[in-house]
Amino acid sequence: MTDIPMDTMVRVAAHPRRDIGLKARYAAERRFRIYGMLAISVGLAFLAIMLIAIVSKGYTAFWQTTISVPITFDEKVIDPSNKRAIDPTVLIKANYPKLAEKALVAKLGINPDDKPTILKLKGLLSEGVRVQLRDIVAADPSVIGTTRNVNILAAANLDSAFKGQIDLGVEEARRKVSDQQIAWMNKLKADGAMAERFNTGLFSYGASSRPETSGMGVAIIGSFYMMVIVLVLALPIGVAASIYLEEFAKKNRFTDLIEVNINNLAAVPSIVFGLLGLAVFINFLGMPRSAAFVGGLVLTLMTLPTIIIATRAALAAVPPSIRSAALGLGASKMQMVFQHILPLAAPGILTGTIIGLARALGETAPLLLIGMVAFVADYPKSPFDPATALPVQIYMWANEAERAFVERMSGAIIILLVFLMAMNVTAIVLRRRFERRW
Amino acid sequence: MNIMTEQSLENAVGDKMNAKSNEVIKMRGDKVGVFYGDKQALFDVNLDVRQNQVTALIGPSGCGKSTFLRCLNRMNDTIDSARVTGKITLDDEDIYDKNIDVVELRARVGMVFQKPNPFPKSIYENVAYGPRIHGLAKRKADMDQIVEQSLKKAAIWNEVKDRLQEPGTGLSGGQQQRLCIARAIAVSPEVILMDEPCSALDPIATARVEELIDELRQNYTIVIVTHSMQQAARVSQRTAMFHLGYLVEEGATDKMFTNPDDKRTQDYITGRFG
Repeated sequence: MTDIPMDTMVRVAAHPRRDIGLKARYAAERRFRIYGMLAISVGLAFLAIMLIAIVSKGYTAFWQTTISVPITFDEKVIDPSNKRAIDPTVLIKANYPKLAEKALVAKLGINPDDKPTILKLKGLLSEGVRVQLRDIVAADPSVIGTTRNVNILAAANLDSAFKGQIDLGVEEARRKVSDQQIAWMNKLKADGAMAERFNTGLFSYGASSRPETSGMGVAIIGSFYMMVIVLVLALPIGVAASIYLEEFAKKNRFTDLIEVNINNLAAVPSIVFGLLGLAVFINFLGMPRSAAFVGGLVLTLMTLPTIIIATRAALAAVPPSIRSAALGLGASKMQMVFQHILPLAAPGILTGTIIGLARALGETAPLLLIGMVAFVADYPKSPFDPATALPVQIYMWANEAERAFVERMSGAIIILLVFLMAMNVTAIVLRRRFERRW
Repeated sequence: MNIMTEQSLENAVGDKMNAKSNEVIKMRGDKVGVFYGDKQALFDVNLDVRQNQVTALIGPSGCGKSTFLRCLNRMNDTIDSARVTGKITLDDEDIYDKNIDVVELRARVGMVFQKPNPFPKSIYENVAYGPRIHGLAKRKADMDQIVEQSLKKAAIWNEVKDRLQEPGTGLSGGQQQRLCIARAIAVSPEVILMDEPCSALDPIATARVEELIDELRQNYTIVIVTHSMQQAARVSQRTAMFHLGYLVEEGATDKMFTNPDDKRTQDYITGRFG
């Protein structure tokens, strides 16, 4: 081939190039890419702003200012007439804040007879001290007459001041903490007596009108009950309904109608489900108000369409060849569905269920209507006791004015977001783990 | 490849000589018609399937050969709109009779599909599934026996005996198809239906499966749908030609390929249409 001289080779004239609009096509593609990147950047920016705003306001909620003082459980204060052996209510009614007050008076070296100053000193202490000290005595009555170090809660305003959230440049009369209180605060801080500690109360306390003793304990338990109820009811009912509709029901006008209705139900505003729950479960069936059980039922109704749609999609995605293989071997329809189709559809079903649960966990509106927006201070012992839910707790704290409630609201949002993220990550991990390829 | 093909042709011809003596009709289609909704896909098909022979169904796409095959184990039941008329018998029993249970029928008439479709389970489980649901093995040892025998009959035992617990979907296409054949054999069917079993396989895998079909004929009755005329000629003793939903012609394979009665058969096997 290479021996052939160049001049004998036939040179093919270059084919005339047609203008097929390549430039415009590539330009269109570039523009589309830029729009896409812009859209994603804007989305990410807003996400970042939201997260930064929440975290910057809320991270302080996880810390609570406490004052560590040696408290003398003085019998003269707790039980002046020594009747506790015959009247147990004495220990409950006792003037416990007086103990803390005395301890602080001693600590700061204030004249015990200076009434106006002592009144100001009381402003440092949370009313929660009463419960805190009472619980210590109730747990161990032998503590009476002894002295021990206790980390007592600081008042909400002092907590805010200690965290630097109160502007000290404002004149004293218009500020919630006085100069005297600030001076005490700085003295206690220099002593190391006043410090921020991890706020376990945020997770354990129930509702309270004082920020330092309010927490999400009741809401977490309420939400937990509701999630269990939704999972126990919605998953089996939803999966069973999907299997029947997808695999067994005849395809006719009636099942078409049902399908359309299920799809529509998924789009019904959640507050409507709340009204339904109020009318049916509470007014008609006479179930208790504010109960996690009713909340769980309402959320079940709301989650069912999501689970049914996800499950039907997962069932339909199983290749027909697997169905033919099972039937061709003489498996009955039931065996085909439960031994082959369902295991293969399980990852999709799980994903749909967890996403439905996550949506139910963040749902507020229907719970407001069935009375779960309530001041519940005690842990619900069963799903039939009054309870609140995480998003409802956020809603209630958002209605409060104090600075310390704002920080708790943001803290609660962080906790809710962590729960939701954990659920979504679980969904992704499960899907990755069990997804089969064929 | 070629040598082997000729060999199996010779075998087929030789077998036909002594097959005459025991020509038992295993399955019989009598005026079989199939409707999908209002559309009729199959018209008055009368076709006999003889015991221990391979019957090939050929014809251009959409001619109804797969539809007829799927009638033989009532796989058409799974399609809501499908309706079958006429009569199909297995050992002189009407398989569409009320007294015949479709699950039991499919245990007697097994099927191998166009695309290899092993379950996404282990090789062992793939084969053991059928016997298990039909309660064919009482003990683990019996099941092991069935699995081993089935894999041996499907000529895949040597390739998979050391990895029975690995997923069946991890095998090559040809191995998967032989695994599917082993799975069908495991329930000891009387008839095996094969719907273009080699269309997704390469020539070497195809040759192995064809060889296997010829061996299986000793114990089973086989009906095979194929698009490949050479394949029909290589593996079958009887051939039926379908066109536009009608059975055009049916007869001994060597006669069909050398001296067909119908012009359409002649045209199809010589490649003039289809």
